[in-house]
Amino acid sequence: MYHQMVHFAGTWGLGLLALLFGIAVIYALWPANREKFRRMAALPLEDEEEPISDKEARP
Amino acid sequence: MTMNEATPRTQGLNASAMGVIAAFVAGAFWSLYTAIHAYDAPMRFHALLFTAFFVIGIAQVAAFRPPADRSQYNVKIVKYGVVASVFWGIAAFLVGVLIAFQLAFPALNFDTSFLNFGRLRPLHTSAAIFAFGGNVLIATSFWVVQRTSRARLAGEIAPWFVFWGYNLFIVIAGTGYLMGVTQSKEYAEPEWYADLWLTIVWVVYLLVFLGTLARRREPHIYVANWFYLAFIVTIAMLHLGNNVALPVSLFSSKSVIAYAGAQDALIQWWYGHNAVGFFLTAGFLGIMYYFVPKRAERPVYSYRLSIIHFWALIFLYIWAGPHHLHYTALPMWAQTLGATFSVMLWMPSWGGMLNGLLTLKGAWDKLRTDPVIRMLVVSVAFYGMSTFEGPVMSMHWVNGLSHYTDWTIGHVHSGALGWVGFVSFGALYCLAPWVFRRKQLYSLVLVEWHFWIATLGILLYITAMWVSGIMQGLMWRSYDALGFLEYSFAETVVRMHPYYVIRATGGVLFLIGALIMAWNIYMTARGRVRSGEPEVLAAPAGMAI
Repeated sequence: MYHQMVHFAGTWGLGLLALLFGIAVIYALWPANREKFRRMAALPLEDEEEPISDKEARP
Repeated sequence: MTMNEATPRTQGLNASAMGVIAAFVAGAFWSLYTAIHAYDAPMRFHALLFTAFFVIGIAQVAAFRPPADRSQYNVKIVKYGVVASVFWGIAAFLVGVLIAFQLAFPALNFDTSFLNFGRLRPLHTSAAIFAFGGNVLIATSFWVVQRTSRARLAGEIAPWFVFWGYNLFIVIAGTGYLMGVTQSKEYAEPEWYADLWLTIVWVVYLLVFLGTLARRREPHIYVANWFYLAFIVTIAMLHLGNNVALPVSLFSSKSVIAYAGAQDALIQWWYGHNAVGFFLTAGFLGIMYYFVPKRAERPVYSYRLSIIHFWALIFLYIWAGPHHLHYTALPMWAQTLGATFSVMLWMPSWGGMLNGLLTLKGAWDKLRTDPVIRMLVVSVAFYGMSTFEGPVMSMHWVNGLSHYTDWTIGHVHSGALGWVGFVSFGALYCLAPWVFRRKQLYSLVLVEWHFWIATLGILLYITAMWVSGIMQGLMWRSYDALGFLEYSFAETVVRMHPYYVIRATGGVLFLIGALIMAWNIYMTARGRVRSGEPEVLAAPAGMAI
């Protein structure tokens, strides 16, 4: 059991985590996201220009 | 609230208020029952504290009326968080100064068990990390998640339960230490009943945070929220994993941990190091990614880098814990794993540091003119420094010298005072005028004083601990010509005395800085502006008052 777990962690587990991380990096670098990220980078600067969500008050 | 105003929504809230009251009534009876049947005095005292909490809670919830206008942000909860943060910060630093002087002058233990170093030390660490740091994180996360989601905080009673429930946990933990209640796990000293209570509070915290994100108007979740969410989720996982314990009795303050030996040590440092990684790093990086751009009035240098920073930190940090167990019974491969991942952590740490620093691109002059941005930037510089030092210390041949010495204490404090402390102070200085709805801080000159006094204090602290720690390590390992140890333990203690005095002095300076901050924030709350302060013509960009 112990050896099986160590084997899994060192092979498939490692591969899976590396893959997930690769997906995150691809997401960060994906060209189509550039415009969104440019806008997001400035989000804290303009965070009270609009009134806030009022979903709660809707009937 | 009159009857004809009642809408389905307010009825729903009333129902949830009734539910909370019912739970509190049950809690009050159970804790009173526990107080009566308690095996030991600390348990009786804590059960009575819980009873008082539930009784006051019932009265408060029964009298609670949600604000009529729920299109506004919930600012009041953040205001309470700011006050609690300042209070606990001073308490933590005060106890830190006392125990620093105890190490230099043991007579200051006063020969009473309540003020013994062994009990005050966890009081200091918990007050600094969980009381001060925790309240700062809860307050700033509640502010940031609302602003960046453009939605009011989810729930009306729940955020208050999180705030008061968390602070009850702090009081239970702290008073417990003074009475000798501990499960002897570093940074996880609170006993089983405090742990269970924290679990409930933490789940509600997670739900409030997720509920607010669910209401967001912005489809993309801003990166600061990712860090906060990682902090909340991972701390929940660590807390549950590390604190698996069986109480001796439901009426006893004592419990037995489920793990033993090397497994227990590994679980403990899996918890302990990730408490550093996800409480003291991820959470405070959430502060950095909101407050640095906000105060500098510049966008985040690279949003892409912030995403890579986030995921790299998440994927790497969780494996670094075993570096706390070098040269122990832990298998060598696990030690090497911990050291390797610690070294790899350099990359996201420095990527994040550069991202924070370069956010000032085009606004570097603010470093000279605005002491608050300087505090934030110096905190990020300390983040870079301590995340450089950490991987060095995690390598076996360095660890062989540094471990168990004051070098570790110095390292921890360059992170805790420099990074966590300064980024928190910076955020509190930003928040104070916002939450008290003032045009400006009482005094930027006093922030300037706070900055320089505290910086000097940190420098005294960490340089004294470097010298003391390396000297201590070298003395422990030095042999004479015949192969005998050259120094006894007591000889190292004698040599370290001057550095302990310097360290305590540094702590006093840091405490003085925090007292200046408390005064500044108090006067800001009163709406005063110190005479001679430059008048702020407009509120910070877009910060409507």
